[in-house]
Amino acid sequence: MLTESEKEEIAEEVKRAGHARAACVDALRIVQRRRGWVCDEALREVAALVDMTPAELDSVATFYSLIYRKPVGRHVILLCDSVVCWVMGHETALEHLTRRLGITLGETTADGRFTILPTACLGACDRAPAMMVDEEIHGDLTPEKIDRILEQYR
Amino acid sequence: MEKPLTKMMRPDGEPLSLGEYEAAGGYQALRKALGAMTPTAVVEEVKKSNLRGRGGAGFPTGLKWGFMPKADRVRRPRYFVVNADEMEPGTWKDRMLMEGNPHQVVEGALLGAYAVEADVGYIFLRAEYAKAARVLRRAIAEAYGAGYAGKNVLGSGWALELSLHISAGRYMCGEEMGLINALEGRRANPRNKPPHPQLAGLWGLPTIVSNTETVCNAPHIILNGAEWYKGISRSSDGGTKIYGASGKVKRPGLWELPMGTPLREVLEEHAGGMRDGLKFRGVLPGGASTDFLGPEHLDVKMDFDSVPKAGSRMGTGTMIILDDHTCPVGMVRNLERFFARESCGWCTPCRDGLPWAAQVLDAIEEGRGEPGDLDVLADLCRLMAPGHTYCALAAGAVEPLQSALKLFREEFERHIRDKRCPWR
Ligand SMILES: Cc1cc2nc3c(=O)[nH]c(=O)nc-3n(C[C@H](O)[C@H](O)[C@H](O)COP(=O)(O)O)c2cc1C
Ligand code: SF4
Repeated sequence: MLTESEKEEIAEEVKRAGHARAACVDALRIVQRRRGWVCDEALREVAALVDMTPAELDSVATFYSLIYRKPVGRHVILLCDSVVCWVMGHETALEHLTRRLGITLGETTADGRFTILPTACLGACDRAPAMMVDEEIHGDLTPEKIDRILEQYR
Repeated sequence: MEKPLTKMMRPDGEPLSLGEYEAAGGYQALRKALGAMTPTAVVEEVKKSNLRGRGGAGFPTGLKWGFMPKADRVRRPRYFVVNADEMEPGTWKDRMLMEGNPHQVVEGALLGAYAVEADVGYIFLRAEYAKAARVLRRAIAEAYGAGYAGKNVLGSGWALELSLHISAGRYMCGEEMGLINALEGRRANPRNKPPHPQLAGLWGLPTIVSNTETVCNAPHIILNGAEWYKGISRSSDGGTKIYGASGKVKRPGLWELPMGTPLREVLEEHAGGMRDGLKFRGVLPGGASTDFLGPEHLDVKMDFDSVPKAGSRMGTGTMIILDDHTCPVGMVRNLERFFARESCGWCTPCRDGLPWAAQVLDAIEEGRGEPGDLDVLADLCRLMAPGHTYCALAAGAVEPLQSALKLFREEFERHIRDKRCPWR
Protein backbone atom coordinates (compact mmCIF):
# COMPACT_ATOMS: atom_id res chain seq x y z
CA MET A 1 0.00 0.00 0.00
CA LEU A 2 1.22 3.46 -0.81
CA THR A 3 1.71 5.67 2.22
CA GLU A 4 -0.26 8.86 2.72
CA SER A 5 2.81 10.97 2.03
CA GLU A 6 3.48 9.13 -1.22
CA LYS A 7 -0.11 9.68 -2.31
CA GLU A 8 0.02 13.34 -1.39
CA GLU A 9 3.25 13.93 -3.23
CA ILE A 10 1.92 12.14 -6.32
CA ALA A 11 -1.32 14.13 -6.20
CA GLU A 12 0.74 17.32 -6.14
CA GLU A 13 2.71 16.25 -9.22
CA VAL A 14 -0.50 15.35 -11.04
CA LYS A 15 -1.93 18.76 -10.25
CA ARG A 16 1.22 20.52 -11.38
CA ALA A 17 1.42 18.51 -14.61
CA GLY A 18 -2.14 19.26 -15.66
CA HIS A 19 -2.49 15.95 -17.49
CA ALA A 20 -2.38 13.08 -14.98
CA ARG A 21 -0.31 10.71 -17.11
CA ALA A 22 2.35 13.36 -17.69
CA ALA A 23 3.24 12.93 -14.02
CA CYS A 24 3.77 9.18 -14.28
CA VAL A 25 7.58 9.20 -14.27
CA ASP A 26 7.62 11.60 -11.33
CA ALA A 27 5.10 9.40 -9.55
CA LEU A 28 7.19 6.27 -10.07
CA ARG A 29 10.24 8.13 -8.82
CA ILE A 30 8.40 9.26 -5.69
CA VAL A 31 7.75 5.61 -4.87
CA GLN A 32 11.23 4.50 -5.84
CA ARG A 33 12.89 7.18 -3.71
CA ARG A 34 11.34 5.70 -0.60
CA ARG A 35 11.43 1.99 -1.44
CA GLY A 36 14.44 1.66 -3.71
CA TRP A 37 12.35 0.10 -6.47
CA VAL A 38 8.77 -0.16 -7.77
CA CYS A 39 6.97 -3.41 -6.93
CA ASP A 40 3.87 -4.66 -8.77
CA GLU A 41 1.53 -3.60 -5.99
CA ALA A 42 2.88 -0.06 -5.91
CA LEU A 43 2.78 0.12 -9.70
CA ARG A 44 -0.91 -0.79 -9.71
CA GLU A 45 -1.70 1.90 -7.17
CA VAL A 46 0.35 4.54 -8.98
CA ALA A 47 -1.42 3.65 -12.24
CA ALA A 48 -4.78 4.50 -10.72
CA LEU A 49 -3.45 7.86 -9.50
CA VAL A 50 -2.07 8.87 -12.91
CA ASP A 51 -5.08 7.65 -14.83
CA MET A 52 -3.36 4.82 -16.68
CA THR A 53 -3.88 1.08 -16.75
CA PRO A 54 -1.21 -0.90 -14.89
CA ALA A 55 -0.07 -2.45 -18.18
CA GLU A 56 0.29 0.95 -19.79
CA LEU A 57 2.24 2.32 -16.85
CA ASP A 58 4.46 -0.77 -16.78
CA SER A 59 5.22 -0.31 -20.48
CA VAL A 60 6.47 3.18 -19.65
CA ALA A 61 8.27 2.13 -16.46
CA THR A 62 10.18 -0.62 -18.24
CA PHE A 63 11.19 1.73 -21.05
CA TYR A 64 13.37 3.71 -18.66
CA SER A 65 16.71 2.43 -17.45
CA LEU A 66 16.48 4.28 -14.13
CA ILE A 67 13.07 3.06 -12.98
CA TYR A 68 13.77 -0.20 -11.20
CA ARG A 69 11.14 -2.91 -11.43
CA LYS A 70 13.29 -5.34 -9.44
CA PRO A 71 14.85 -4.82 -6.00
CA VAL A 72 18.23 -3.08 -5.96
CA GLY A 73 20.84 -2.59 -3.25
CA ARG A 74 21.02 0.41 -0.93
CA HIS A 75 23.43 2.03 -3.37
CA VAL A 76 23.20 1.70 -7.12
CA ILE A 77 26.46 1.90 -9.05
CA LEU A 78 25.93 3.03 -12.63
CA LEU A 79 29.09 2.17 -14.48
CA CYS A 80 29.44 4.00 -17.79
CA ASP A 81 30.21 1.63 -20.65
CA SER A 82 30.03 4.12 -23.52
CA VAL A 83 32.76 4.80 -26.00
CA VAL A 84 34.98 7.35 -24.22
CA CYS A 85 35.01 5.34 -21.00
CA TRP A 86 35.74 2.24 -23.07
CA VAL A 87 38.76 3.93 -24.66
CA MET A 88 39.94 5.16 -21.25
CA GLY A 89 39.73 1.85 -19.40
CA HIS A 90 36.16 0.89 -18.62
CA GLU A 91 37.04 -2.81 -18.83
CA THR A 92 39.61 -2.53 -16.04
CA ALA A 93 37.10 -0.67 -13.86
CA LEU A 94 34.42 -3.27 -14.54
CA GLU A 95 36.75 -6.15 -13.78
CA HIS A 96 37.86 -4.58 -10.52
CA LEU A 97 34.35 -3.71 -9.37
CA THR A 98 32.93 -7.14 -10.11
CA ARG A 99 35.86 -8.95 -8.45
CA ARG A 100 35.78 -6.65 -5.46
CA LEU A 101 32.03 -6.96 -4.88
CA GLY A 102 31.73 -10.58 -6.02
CA ILE A 103 28.81 -9.77 -8.33
CA THR A 104 28.39 -9.05 -11.99
CA LEU A 105 26.36 -6.41 -13.84
CA GLY A 106 22.71 -6.48 -12.85
CA GLU A 107 23.35 -8.23 -9.53
CA THR A 108 23.15 -7.12 -5.90
CA THR A 109 25.64 -7.99 -3.16
CA ALA A 110 24.44 -10.51 -0.58
CA ASP A 111 24.44 -7.82 2.15
CA GLY A 112 22.16 -5.63 0.01
CA ARG A 113 24.70 -2.84 -0.10
CA PHE A 114 25.42 -2.45 -3.83
CA THR A 115 23.86 -3.16 -7.22
CA ILE A 116 25.99 -2.62 -10.34
CA LEU A 117 24.28 -1.59 -13.56
CA PRO A 118 25.76 -0.60 -16.89
CA THR A 119 24.81 2.85 -18.10
CA ALA A 120 25.15 5.01 -21.20
CA CYS A 121 27.53 7.99 -21.25
CA LEU A 122 27.27 9.98 -18.01
CA GLY A 123 28.63 13.15 -19.59
CA ALA A 124 31.83 12.97 -17.55
CA CYS A 125 34.06 12.26 -20.55
CA ASP A 126 36.86 14.56 -19.36
CA ARG A 127 37.17 12.32 -16.30
CA ALA A 128 36.70 8.93 -17.96
CA PRO A 129 36.36 6.18 -16.93
CA ALA A 130 33.47 7.23 -14.73
CA MET A 131 30.67 5.83 -12.64
CA MET A 132 27.78 7.24 -10.68
CA VAL A 133 26.91 6.04 -7.19
CA ASP A 134 23.46 7.22 -6.11
CA GLU A 135 23.58 10.91 -7.13
CA GLU A 136 27.35 11.38 -7.19
CA ILE A 137 29.64 11.07 -10.23
CA HIS A 138 33.13 9.69 -9.69
CA GLY A 139 35.70 9.97 -12.46
CA ASP A 140 39.29 9.04 -13.35
CA LEU A 141 38.62 5.59 -11.89
CA THR A 142 41.52 3.36 -10.97
CA PRO A 143 41.28 0.17 -8.91
CA GLU A 144 42.60 2.02 -5.83
CA LYS A 145 40.21 4.89 -6.31
CA ILE A 146 37.27 2.51 -6.71
CA ASP A 147 38.15 0.89 -3.37
CA ARG A 148 38.21 4.28 -1.67
CA ILE A 149 34.89 5.27 -3.20
CA LEU A 150 33.16 2.06 -2.15
CA GLU A 151 34.22 2.73 1.45
CA GLN A 152 32.11 5.91 1.44
CA TYR A 153 28.87 4.00 0.92
CA ARG A 154 27.63 1.84 3.76
CA MET B 1 38.17 36.41 -28.79
CA GLU B 2 34.57 36.78 -27.63
CA LYS B 3 33.10 34.08 -25.40
CA PRO B 4 29.54 35.15 -24.73
CA LEU B 5 28.36 31.79 -23.37
CA THR B 6 31.13 31.22 -20.86
CA LYS B 7 32.80 34.54 -20.10
CA MET B 8 30.62 35.20 -17.06
CA MET B 9 31.27 31.82 -15.54
CA ARG B 10 33.34 31.37 -12.42
CA PRO B 11 36.64 29.52 -12.75
CA ASP B 12 35.49 26.87 -10.26
CA GLY B 13 32.41 26.11 -12.39
CA GLU B 14 30.03 26.81 -9.48
CA PRO B 15 26.67 28.27 -10.60
CA LEU B 16 26.25 32.03 -10.92
CA SER B 17 23.60 33.34 -8.56
CA LEU B 18 20.75 35.47 -9.85
CA GLY B 19 22.48 38.60 -8.55
CA GLU B 20 25.78 37.75 -10.22
CA TYR B 21 24.03 36.98 -13.49
CA GLU B 22 22.09 40.23 -13.42
CA ALA B 23 25.21 42.22 -12.53
CA ALA B 24 26.92 40.75 -15.61
CA GLY B 25 24.05 41.86 -17.86
CA GLY B 26 21.74 38.90 -17.34
CA TYR B 27 18.03 39.28 -18.16
CA GLN B 28 18.73 42.53 -20.03
CA ALA B 29 17.94 40.73 -23.29
CA LEU B 30 14.59 39.59 -21.94
CA ARG B 31 13.83 43.15 -20.80
CA LYS B 32 14.80 44.47 -24.21
CA ALA B 33 12.69 41.91 -26.08
CA LEU B 34 9.61 42.41 -23.92
CA GLY B 35 9.99 46.17 -23.90
CA ALA B 36 10.80 46.92 -27.49
CA MET B 37 10.47 43.89 -29.75
CA THR B 38 7.55 41.90 -31.05
CA PRO B 39 7.90 38.09 -31.01
CA THR B 40 8.30 38.23 -34.80
CA ALA B 41 11.14 40.72 -34.44
CA VAL B 42 12.94 38.33 -32.07
CA VAL B 43 12.54 35.48 -34.58
CA GLU B 44 13.82 37.73 -37.38
CA GLU B 45 16.89 38.75 -35.38
CA VAL B 46 17.69 35.09 -34.66
CA LYS B 47 17.20 34.29 -38.37
CA LYS B 48 19.64 37.03 -39.36
CA SER B 49 22.21 35.81 -36.84
CA ASN B 50 22.67 32.46 -38.63
CA LEU B 51 22.36 30.59 -35.35
CA ARG B 52 22.10 26.89 -36.16
CA GLY B 53 20.76 24.29 -33.74
CA ARG B 54 23.41 22.87 -31.43
CA GLY B 55 21.54 19.59 -30.76
CA GLY B 56 23.39 17.90 -33.61
CA ALA B 57 21.55 18.52 -36.85
CA GLY B 58 22.39 22.22 -37.26
CA PHE B 59 18.96 23.28 -38.44
CA PRO B 60 18.71 27.10 -38.59
CA THR B 61 17.06 28.12 -35.33
CA GLY B 62 15.29 31.25 -36.58
CA LEU B 63 13.74 29.30 -39.43
CA LYS B 64 12.56 26.60 -37.03
CA TRP B 65 11.03 29.09 -34.60
CA GLY B 66 9.43 30.85 -37.56
CA PHE B 67 7.60 27.64 -38.53
CA MET B 68 5.41 28.03 -35.46
CA PRO B 69 1.98 29.00 -36.76
CA LYS B 70 0.90 32.50 -35.72
CA ALA B 71 -0.69 32.50 -32.32
CA ASP B 72 -4.43 32.18 -32.14
CA ARG B 73 -6.87 31.62 -29.33
CA VAL B 74 -7.90 28.12 -30.29
CA ARG B 75 -4.71 26.15 -30.47
CA ARG B 76 -3.41 26.83 -26.97
CA PRO B 77 -1.38 26.33 -24.93
CA ARG B 78 1.72 26.55 -27.11
CA TYR B 79 4.89 24.92 -25.87
CA PHE B 80 8.61 25.69 -25.86
CA VAL B 81 10.88 22.86 -24.76
CA VAL B 82 14.59 23.05 -24.01
CA ASN B 83 16.26 19.75 -24.80
CA ALA B 84 18.68 19.07 -21.97
CA ASP B 85 18.66 15.29 -22.33
CA GLU B 86 22.28 15.26 -23.55
CA MET B 87 22.94 11.53 -23.84
CA GLU B 88 25.06 11.53 -26.99
CA PRO B 89 28.19 9.62 -25.95
CA GLY B 90 31.18 11.93 -25.67
CA THR B 91 29.07 15.05 -25.08
CA TRP B 92 28.89 17.10 -21.89
CA LYS B 93 28.67 20.70 -23.11
CA ASP B 94 25.07 21.27 -22.03
CA ARG B 95 25.88 20.03 -18.52
CA MET B 96 28.67 22.60 -18.26
CA LEU B 97 26.33 25.37 -19.44
CA MET B 98 23.58 24.40 -17.00
CA GLU B 99 25.81 23.89 -13.98
CA GLY B 100 27.90 26.99 -14.55
CA ASN B 101 25.19 29.49 -15.46
CA PRO B 102 21.65 28.12 -15.00
CA HIS B 103 20.07 31.56 -15.40
CA GLN B 104 21.49 31.83 -18.92
CA VAL B 105 19.57 28.64 -19.79
CA VAL B 106 16.44 30.04 -18.15
CA GLU B 107 16.73 33.39 -19.94
CA GLY B 108 17.34 31.57 -23.23
CA ALA B 109 14.25 29.45 -22.64
CA LEU B 110 12.19 32.53 -21.84
CA LEU B 111 13.35 34.35 -24.98
CA GLY B 112 12.63 31.31 -27.14
CA ALA B 113 9.23 30.97 -25.54
CA TYR B 114 8.48 34.67 -26.11
CA ALA B 115 9.64 34.45 -29.73
CA VAL B 116 7.17 31.66 -30.52
CA GLU B 117 4.45 33.07 -28.23
CA ALA B 118 4.47 30.03 -26.00
CA ASP B 119 2.43 29.74 -22.82
CA VAL B 120 4.24 26.82 -21.25
CA GLY B 121 7.95 26.00 -21.18
CA TYR B 122 9.80 22.88 -20.12
CA ILE B 123 13.44 22.09 -19.58
CA PHE B 124 13.74 18.37 -20.30
CA LEU B 125 16.71 17.13 -18.26
CA ARG B 126 18.31 13.71 -18.08
CA ALA B 127 18.14 12.19 -14.60
CA GLU B 128 21.86 11.62 -14.19
CA TYR B 129 22.53 15.37 -14.18
CA ALA B 130 21.68 15.70 -10.49
CA LYS B 131 23.66 18.88 -9.94
CA ALA B 132 22.15 20.57 -13.00
CA ALA B 133 18.72 19.63 -11.61
CA ARG B 134 19.47 21.29 -8.29
CA VAL B 135 20.79 24.53 -9.77
CA LEU B 136 18.09 24.78 -12.46
CA ARG B 137 15.30 24.19 -9.98
CA ARG B 138 16.64 27.03 -7.90
CA ALA B 139 17.18 29.30 -10.91
CA ILE B 140 13.60 28.75 -12.10
CA ALA B 141 12.26 29.60 -8.64
CA GLU B 142 14.41 32.75 -8.55
CA ALA B 143 13.21 33.73 -12.03
CA TYR B 144 9.61 33.47 -10.84
CA GLY B 145 10.48 35.48 -7.76
CA ALA B 146 12.02 38.25 -9.83
CA GLY B 147 9.07 38.40 -12.22
CA TYR B 148 10.93 36.95 -15.23
CA ALA B 149 8.53 34.00 -15.40
CA GLY B 150 4.94 33.51 -14.35
CA LYS B 151 1.64 35.27 -14.86
CA ASN B 152 2.72 38.70 -16.08
CA VAL B 153 6.35 38.63 -17.11
CA LEU B 154 7.99 41.97 -16.24
CA GLY B 155 4.58 43.57 -16.40
CA SER B 156 4.30 42.94 -20.14
CA GLY B 157 1.07 40.97 -19.97
CA TRP B 158 2.76 37.88 -21.39
CA ALA B 159 2.43 34.79 -19.20
CA LEU B 160 4.76 31.84 -19.17
CA GLU B 161 4.82 28.82 -16.89
CA LEU B 162 8.30 27.26 -16.86
CA SER B 163 9.13 23.95 -15.27
CA LEU B 164 11.81 21.32 -15.08
CA HIS B 165 11.06 17.77 -16.23
CA ILE B 166 13.46 15.16 -14.98
CA SER B 167 13.65 12.09 -17.15
CA ALA B 168 14.76 8.58 -16.17
CA GLY B 169 17.38 7.41 -18.67
CA ARG B 170 17.39 6.26 -22.33
CA TYR B 171 19.06 8.03 -25.27
CA MET B 172 15.81 8.09 -27.25
CA CYS B 173 14.29 10.64 -24.86
CA GLY B 174 16.48 13.28 -26.53
CA GLU B 175 14.99 12.66 -29.97
CA GLU B 176 12.51 15.45 -30.54
CA MET B 177 9.38 13.33 -31.05
CA GLY B 178 10.49 10.74 -28.48
CA LEU B 179 10.93 13.60 -26.03
CA ILE B 180 7.41 14.84 -26.71
CA ASN B 181 5.99 11.38 -26.08
CA ALA B 182 8.04 11.14 -22.89
CA LEU B 183 6.61 14.46 -21.68
CA GLU B 184 3.13 13.03 -22.23
CA GLY B 185 3.97 10.06 -20.03
CA ARG B 186 4.38 7.63 -22.93
CA ARG B 187 7.27 5.46 -24.05
CA ALA B 188 9.80 7.63 -25.86
CA ASN B 189 9.17 6.15 -29.29
CA PRO B 190 9.17 8.78 -32.00
CA ARG B 191 6.12 9.76 -34.01
CA ASN B 192 5.89 9.91 -37.73
CA LYS B 193 6.67 13.31 -39.28
CA PRO B 194 4.87 15.19 -40.75
CA PRO B 195 3.07 16.70 -38.97
CA HIS B 196 6.05 18.47 -37.48
CA PRO B 197 5.86 19.40 -33.81
CA GLN B 198 5.47 23.08 -34.66
CA LEU B 199 2.02 22.13 -35.94
CA ALA B 200 1.18 19.13 -33.78
CA GLY B 201 3.59 18.49 -30.94
CA LEU B 202 2.96 18.08 -27.23
CA TRP B 203 -0.69 17.06 -26.71
CA GLY B 204 -1.21 17.79 -30.41
CA LEU B 205 -0.43 21.49 -29.93
CA PRO B 206 2.23 23.76 -31.46
CA THR B 207 5.61 22.91 -29.92
CA ILE B 208 9.25 23.86 -30.39
CA VAL B 209 12.13 21.72 -29.16
CA SER B 210 15.52 23.45 -29.06
CA ASN B 211 18.82 22.34 -27.60
CA THR B 212 20.25 23.83 -24.40
CA GLU B 213 23.33 25.37 -26.04
CA THR B 214 21.10 26.76 -28.79
CA VAL B 215 18.88 28.70 -26.40
CA CYS B 216 21.89 29.96 -24.40
CA ASN B 217 22.84 31.94 -27.52
CA ALA B 218 19.52 33.78 -27.73
CA PRO B 219 20.12 36.37 -24.98
CA HIS B 220 23.43 37.42 -26.55
CA ILE B 221 21.94 37.73 -30.03
CA ILE B 222 19.07 39.84 -28.77
CA LEU B 223 21.27 42.07 -26.62
CA ASN B 224 24.15 42.60 -29.08
CA GLY B 225 22.44 42.08 -32.43
CA ALA B 226 22.72 39.63 -35.31
CA GLU B 227 25.62 41.48 -36.98
CA TRP B 228 27.78 41.25 -33.87
CA TYR B 229 26.89 37.57 -33.53
CA LYS B 230 27.90 36.79 -37.10
CA GLY B 231 31.10 38.77 -36.61
CA ILE B 232 32.41 36.61 -33.76
CA SER B 233 32.34 33.49 -35.95
CA ARG B 234 35.04 32.23 -38.29
CA SER B 235 32.46 30.76 -40.68
CA SER B 236 29.10 31.49 -42.27
CA ASP B 237 27.32 29.87 -39.27
CA GLY B 238 27.00 32.49 -36.57
CA GLY B 239 28.47 32.73 -33.11
CA THR B 240 30.70 30.57 -31.00
CA LYS B 241 30.55 26.86 -30.31
CA ILE B 242 31.34 24.84 -27.22
CA TYR B 243 33.84 22.38 -28.65
CA GLY B 244 35.15 19.44 -26.70
CA ALA B 245 37.74 16.70 -26.92
CA SER B 246 37.94 13.39 -25.09
CA GLY B 247 39.97 10.21 -25.41
CA LYS B 248 43.72 9.94 -24.92
CA VAL B 249 44.59 13.59 -25.43
CA LYS B 250 46.71 15.50 -22.92
CA ARG B 251 43.92 17.77 -21.66
CA PRO B 252 40.40 16.53 -22.32
CA GLY B 253 37.93 19.37 -21.94
CA LEU B 254 35.50 21.91 -23.34
CA TRP B 255 36.30 25.28 -24.90
CA GLU B 256 34.12 28.05 -26.25
CA LEU B 257 35.68 29.07 -29.57
CA PRO B 258 34.55 30.91 -32.69
CA MET B 259 32.33 28.75 -34.89
CA GLY B 260 34.48 27.31 -37.68
CA THR B 261 37.65 26.78 -35.61
CA PRO B 262 39.67 24.06 -37.37
CA LEU B 263 39.63 20.60 -35.83
CA ARG B 264 43.43 20.61 -35.57
CA GLU B 265 43.41 23.79 -33.50
CA VAL B 266 40.97 22.29 -30.99
CA LEU B 267 42.96 19.10 -30.79
CA GLU B 268 46.47 20.52 -30.65
CA GLU B 269 46.18 23.95 -29.00
CA HIS B 270 43.33 23.36 -26.62
CA ALA B 271 43.44 19.65 -25.88
CA GLY B 272 47.25 19.73 -25.91
CA GLY B 273 47.64 17.07 -28.59
CA MET B 274 47.94 13.34 -28.00
CA ARG B 275 49.38 11.88 -24.81
CA ASP B 276 53.07 11.10 -25.02
CA GLY B 277 53.81 7.96 -27.00
CA LEU B 278 50.45 7.91 -28.75
CA LYS B 279 49.54 8.91 -32.27
CA PHE B 280 46.28 10.31 -33.59
CA ARG B 281 44.45 7.70 -35.64
CA GLY B 282 40.92 8.97 -36.12
CA VAL B 283 38.17 11.13 -34.66
CA LEU B 284 34.42 11.13 -34.28
CA PRO B 285 34.03 14.91 -34.67
CA GLY B 286 30.69 15.40 -32.97
CA GLY B 287 29.74 12.52 -30.70
CA ALA B 288 29.13 8.82 -31.24
CA SER B 289 26.75 9.18 -34.17
CA THR B 290 29.14 10.88 -36.61
CA ASP B 291 31.46 9.37 -39.24
CA PHE B 292 35.12 8.83 -38.37
CA LEU B 293 37.59 11.23 -39.94
CA GLY B 294 41.29 10.40 -40.36
CA PRO B 295 44.53 12.42 -40.12
CA GLU B 296 44.01 13.80 -43.63
CA HIS B 297 40.97 15.72 -42.38
CA LEU B 298 42.50 17.49 -39.40
CA ASP B 299 42.33 20.87 -41.13
CA VAL B 300 38.58 20.77 -41.58
CA LYS B 301 36.74 23.75 -40.13
CA MET B 302 34.35 22.68 -37.41
CA ASP B 303 31.05 24.07 -38.66
CA PHE B 304 27.86 22.62 -40.05
CA ASP B 305 28.75 23.01 -43.75
CA SER B 306 32.47 22.22 -43.69
CA VAL B 307 32.50 18.91 -41.78
CA PRO B 308 30.10 17.23 -44.26
CA LYS B 309 32.50 18.16 -47.08
CA ALA B 310 35.12 16.03 -45.31
CA GLY B 311 32.60 13.17 -45.05
CA SER B 312 31.23 13.51 -41.54
CA ARG B 313 29.01 15.79 -39.47
CA MET B 314 29.58 18.47 -36.91
CA GLY B 315 27.07 16.75 -34.58
CA THR B 316 27.48 18.07 -31.05
CA GLY B 317 30.99 19.41 -31.75
CA THR B 318 32.49 17.35 -28.94
CA MET B 319 35.09 15.13 -30.58
CA ILE B 320 36.14 11.66 -29.50
CA ILE B 321 39.71 10.78 -30.39
CA LEU B 322 40.97 7.34 -31.42
CA ASP B 323 44.67 6.77 -30.77
CA ASP B 324 47.00 4.18 -32.34
CA HIS B 325 47.04 1.95 -29.23
CA THR B 326 43.27 1.43 -29.21
CA CYS B 327 41.57 -1.17 -31.39
CA PRO B 328 39.29 0.49 -33.97
CA VAL B 329 37.20 -2.70 -34.25
CA GLY B 330 36.71 -2.79 -30.49
CA MET B 331 35.71 0.87 -30.52
CA VAL B 332 33.13 0.35 -33.25
CA ARG B 333 31.80 -2.70 -31.43
CA ASN B 334 31.34 -0.60 -28.31
CA LEU B 335 29.47 2.05 -30.33
CA GLU B 336 27.12 -0.42 -32.02
CA ARG B 337 26.38 -2.14 -28.70
CA PHE B 338 25.36 1.24 -27.33
CA PHE B 339 23.04 1.94 -30.24
CA ALA B 340 21.59 -1.58 -30.14
CA ARG B 341 20.80 -1.22 -26.46
CA GLU B 342 19.29 2.25 -26.87
CA SER B 343 17.14 1.43 -29.94
CA CYS B 344 13.52 1.92 -28.97
CA GLY B 345 12.43 -1.02 -31.12
CA TRP B 346 9.77 0.88 -33.04
CA CYS B 347 10.98 -0.06 -36.53
CA THR B 348 12.45 -3.29 -37.83
CA PRO B 349 15.70 -2.25 -39.55
CA CYS B 350 16.95 -0.62 -36.36
CA ARG B 351 15.48 -3.08 -33.83
CA ASP B 352 16.91 -6.11 -35.66
CA GLY B 353 19.76 -4.57 -37.61
CA LEU B 354 21.65 -3.05 -34.71
CA PRO B 355 21.88 -6.19 -32.53
CA TRP B 356 22.87 -8.09 -35.67
CA ALA B 357 25.66 -5.62 -36.43
CA ALA B 358 26.78 -5.77 -32.79
CA GLN B 359 26.91 -9.59 -32.91
CA VAL B 360 28.96 -9.61 -36.09
CA LEU B 361 31.36 -7.11 -34.51
CA ASP B 362 31.53 -9.27 -31.34
CA ALA B 363 32.50 -12.22 -33.50
CA ILE B 364 35.19 -10.30 -35.38
CA GLU B 365 36.65 -8.81 -32.20
CA GLU B 366 36.63 -12.18 -30.43
CA GLY B 367 38.37 -14.00 -33.28
CA ARG B 368 35.29 -15.76 -34.66
CA GLY B 369 34.93 -13.53 -37.73
CA GLU B 370 34.22 -14.98 -41.19
CA PRO B 371 35.33 -13.58 -44.56
CA GLY B 372 31.74 -12.59 -45.53
CA ASP B 373 31.19 -10.59 -42.33
CA LEU B 374 32.29 -7.25 -43.76
CA ASP B 375 29.71 -7.61 -46.55
CA VAL B 376 27.05 -8.33 -43.93
CA LEU B 377 28.03 -5.15 -42.08
CA ALA B 378 27.95 -3.12 -45.31
CA ASP B 379 24.48 -4.54 -46.10
CA LEU B 380 23.27 -3.63 -42.64
CA CYS B 381 24.49 -0.07 -43.17
CA ARG B 382 22.32 0.11 -46.29
CA LEU B 383 19.36 -1.45 -44.50
CA MET B 384 19.47 1.20 -41.76
CA ALA B 385 20.11 4.15 -44.07
CA PRO B 386 18.16 7.42 -43.69
CA GLY B 387 14.58 7.05 -44.88
CA HIS B 388 14.28 3.42 -43.76
CA THR B 389 13.50 4.19 -40.13
CA TYR B 390 11.26 6.47 -38.07
CA CYS B 391 14.03 8.41 -36.42
CA ALA B 392 17.68 9.24 -36.92
CA LEU B 393 19.06 6.88 -34.25
CA ALA B 394 19.69 4.13 -36.79
CA ALA B 395 21.22 6.47 -39.37
CA GLY B 396 23.43 7.87 -36.63
CA ALA B 397 24.53 4.36 -35.67
CA VAL B 398 25.48 3.64 -39.27
CA GLU B 399 27.82 6.64 -39.51
CA PRO B 400 30.73 5.41 -37.34
CA LEU B 401 30.30 1.88 -38.71
CA GLN B 402 30.30 2.69 -42.42
CA SER B 403 33.23 5.09 -42.06
CA ALA B 404 35.24 2.62 -39.95
CA LEU B 405 34.72 -0.06 -42.59
CA LYS B 406 36.41 2.27 -45.07
CA LEU B 407 39.02 3.95 -42.89
CA PHE B 408 40.12 0.91 -40.88
CA ARG B 409 39.41 -1.80 -43.48
CA GLU B 410 42.75 -3.53 -43.05
CA GLU B 411 42.21 -3.80 -39.27
CA PHE B 412 38.89 -5.59 -39.75
CA GLU B 413 40.49 -7.91 -42.31
CA ARG B 414 43.42 -8.61 -40.00
CA HIS B 415 41.07 -9.60 -37.14
CA ILE B 416 39.26 -12.01 -39.46
CA ARG B 417 42.42 -13.44 -41.03
CA ASP B 418 44.37 -13.90 -37.78
CA LYS B 419 41.29 -14.94 -35.79
CA ARG B 420 42.22 -12.60 -32.95
CA CYS B 421 42.36 -8.99 -31.91
CA PRO B 422 45.97 -7.84 -32.16
CA TRP B 423 45.43 -5.39 -29.26
CA ARG B 424 44.42 -8.05 -26.75
C1 LIG C 1 18.46 9.33 -30.89
C2 LIG C 1 18.53 10.81 -30.82
C3 LIG C 1 18.89 11.43 -29.63
C4 LIG C 1 18.95 12.82 -29.53
N1 LIG C 1 19.32 13.38 -28.35
C5 LIG C 1 19.39 14.74 -28.25
C6 LIG C 1 19.75 15.36 -27.03
O1 LIG C 1 20.03 14.70 -26.03
N2 LIG C 1 19.78 16.72 -26.98
C7 LIG C 1 19.47 17.49 -28.07
O2 LIG C 1 19.48 18.71 -27.97
N3 LIG C 1 19.13 16.92 -29.22
C8 LIG C 1 19.07 15.58 -29.35
N4 LIG C 1 18.70 15.01 -30.53
C9 LIG C 1 18.29 15.92 -31.63
C10 LIG C 1 16.83 16.33 -31.45
O3 LIG C 1 16.00 15.40 -32.12
C11 LIG C 1 16.54 17.70 -32.01
O4 LIG C 1 16.95 17.73 -33.33
C12 LIG C 1 17.21 18.84 -31.26
O5 LIG C 1 16.90 18.83 -29.90
C13 LIG C 1 16.80 20.15 -31.86
O6 LIG C 1 17.46 21.22 -31.25
P1 LIG C 1 18.30 22.26 -32.09
O7 LIG C 1 17.47 22.64 -33.28
O8 LIG C 1 18.50 23.39 -31.16
O9 LIG C 1 19.56 21.57 -32.48
C14 LIG C 1 18.65 13.62 -30.66
C15 LIG C 1 18.31 12.99 -31.86
C16 LIG C 1 18.25 11.62 -31.95
C17 LIG C 1 17.89 10.99 -33.25
S1 SF4 D 1 15.27 4.10 -35.79
FE1 SF4 D 1 15.52 2.84 -33.97
S2 SF4 D 1 15.32 4.26 -32.28
FE2 SF4 D 1 14.45 5.29 -34.09
S3 SF4 D 1 12.28 4.72 -34.11
FE3 SF4 D 1 13.29 3.15 -35.28
S4 SF4 D 1 13.69 1.54 -33.75
FE4 SF4 D 1 13.28 3.41 -32.61
